[in-house]
Amino acid sequence: MATARLNIPSGTAPRVVIVGAGPAGTRCAETLLAAGLVPTLVDENRRDGGQIYRRQPEGFRRDYATLYGSEAHKARALHDSFDRLRPRIDYRPDTLVWNLTPGQLCCVSQGRHFTLDYDALILCTGATDRLMPLEGWQLAGTYSLGGAQIALKAQSVSIGHRVVFMGSGPLLYLVASQYLKAGAQVAAVLDTSPLGKRIAALPKLLARPGLLWTGMKLLAQLCLARVPVHLGIQPVRVLGDAQGGVSLVQVKTAKGDGLDVECDALALGYHLRPETQLADLAGCRLAFDPASSQWLLELDEAGRTSVSGVYAAGDGAKIRGADGAEHAGRLVALALLEDLQQPVNAAELDEQRQALAVMDQFRLGLAQAFPWPSAQAKALPDTAIVCRCEMISAGELRRTVSEKGACEVNRAKAFSRVGMGRCQGRYCSQAGAEVIAAAAGVAVQEVGRQRGQAPVKPLSMLTGEVAP
Amino acid sequence: MKGRFVRLGERERAPVRLLVDGTPIEALQGDTLMVALLTQGPALRQSEFDSGRRAGFCLMGACQDCWVWTRAGERLRACSSEVREGLDILTTQPEAVWPLHG
Repeated sequence: MATARLNIPSGTAPRVVIVGAGPAGTRCAETLLAAGLVPTLVDENRRDGGQIYRRQPEGFRRDYATLYGSEAHKARALHDSFDRLRPRIDYRPDTLVWNLTPGQLCCVSQGRHFTLDYDALILCTGATDRLMPLEGWQLAGTYSLGGAQIALKAQSVSIGHRVVFMGSGPLLYLVASQYLKAGAQVAAVLDTSPLGKRIAALPKLLARPGLLWTGMKLLAQLCLARVPVHLGIQPVRVLGDAQGGVSLVQVKTAKGDGLDVECDALALGYHLRPETQLADLAGCRLAFDPASSQWLLELDEAGRTSVSGVYAAGDGAKIRGADGAEHAGRLVALALLEDLQQPVNAAELDEQRQALAVMDQFRLGLAQAFPWPSAQAKALPDTAIVCRCEMISAGELRRTVSEKGACEVNRAKAFSRVGMGRCQGRYCSQAGAEVIAAAAGVAVQEVGRQRGQAPVKPLSMLTGEVAP
Repeated sequence: MKGRFVRLGERERAPVRLLVDGTPIEALQGDTLMVALLTQGPALRQSEFDSGRRAGFCLMGACQDCWVWTRAGERLRACSSEVREGLDILTTQPEAVWPLHG
């Protein structure tokens, strides 16, 4: 593995900033601290754990088994590790990094702006749900799958009285079964991936037989509870009204029949997309990943980006899940220590690399078993909304291609505003790229990717400035 | 529809009282504003770009579809702000809306 020497003025301790206090950020901070480096850990959330091991607020009483199911021991171990770290590192919760320049982060916390200087930056920024629009998805009551899970985990509420789970990926079955167990009414689980894809992916999924078994158990639980589970469906539309929101989900089954499911909530998602905006602003190269059909950071095996002193780990780097994030967090810390010419235990380095190789095999299996449904974008009716922030339709986006010749996503964004709304493209830019590519008759990687822009999330005009 | 969200547990928390568009509501300690509002009604806010009501989307501070305001004009993400006794929340944007779609 190539190391990239970092030059720190002699006699000074390197200033290391980690962004994100989920599994990757926590294990990274722990590994650095064990080697004698005291990192600054910035996190947008009020409490540690990231999204996957998000902690419930003070005053809630559910135990670990109820909250995290089969992953309870991992959640507890991560939280315990963090509690031990917390007094020994510079922890900045409730803090958004909204921009960066070489060596300096721009942050905002509770309405106050400040800067943080760094010699090394480790981005553990995680992922959000990956969304493919369908007609009517802007109606109140449609939530992202991850959002539906947060409602349950962090607040002990269901997103509706009768909930449909639609999309694809392991999270679909996990969240549906968590809802079922918590006493919510699950109207149906509608998966766009056909069974054949999963069978074909079995050799790769067997890299982690335990996890594969857990997935099969979730499916069995849903079937035992007589929840209708349909594989290989095609989403058609969400019906409802502008005031009351969602009332019906229409799909086409694998056999081609129409299926209507009455509901007042829809949880929708197609696995995850990485949060790469900060790395993008730092000038890190991204590359198109054909397996998952999305742009990912270009990284070496240990998490070094193309920019010296900038590293990435966890789902923000590559979607390998929570276990993978813990390993990647440790490994990236070891890489940084190497680059600082500090002694690194070769056996530990090897152990993390081997563990990650297994997770990567499984990642490829998941991408094959639950593919991103790019064909849906092509088939979207012109009236379907692509940008739910600003209500911009597939037809408007297609016209930027046919009338203005905008076959590159940033240019199409300038004309159509798809990707310019307040979510800044998080929920529309990937589907938007598919719509543009289909309209232009080229492969999706040919239309480029939406550039990250500062501020990476909206700031209030009331934000004040304080001395660092 | 009365409430969009349904409480499935954790009901033994202390009550917190706040105002939403001038009407008093009762929530529970530790609720996010989103849960406080959506356990009592179908939506959080009005879309600026069409006639639709909105009720949030991602719950993790990424989509910005759950903005509400304090009477003092501070903008809050309802999904990641906790209720506090006496909060005075408005669900309509205090500034003028830019008429992008006519």
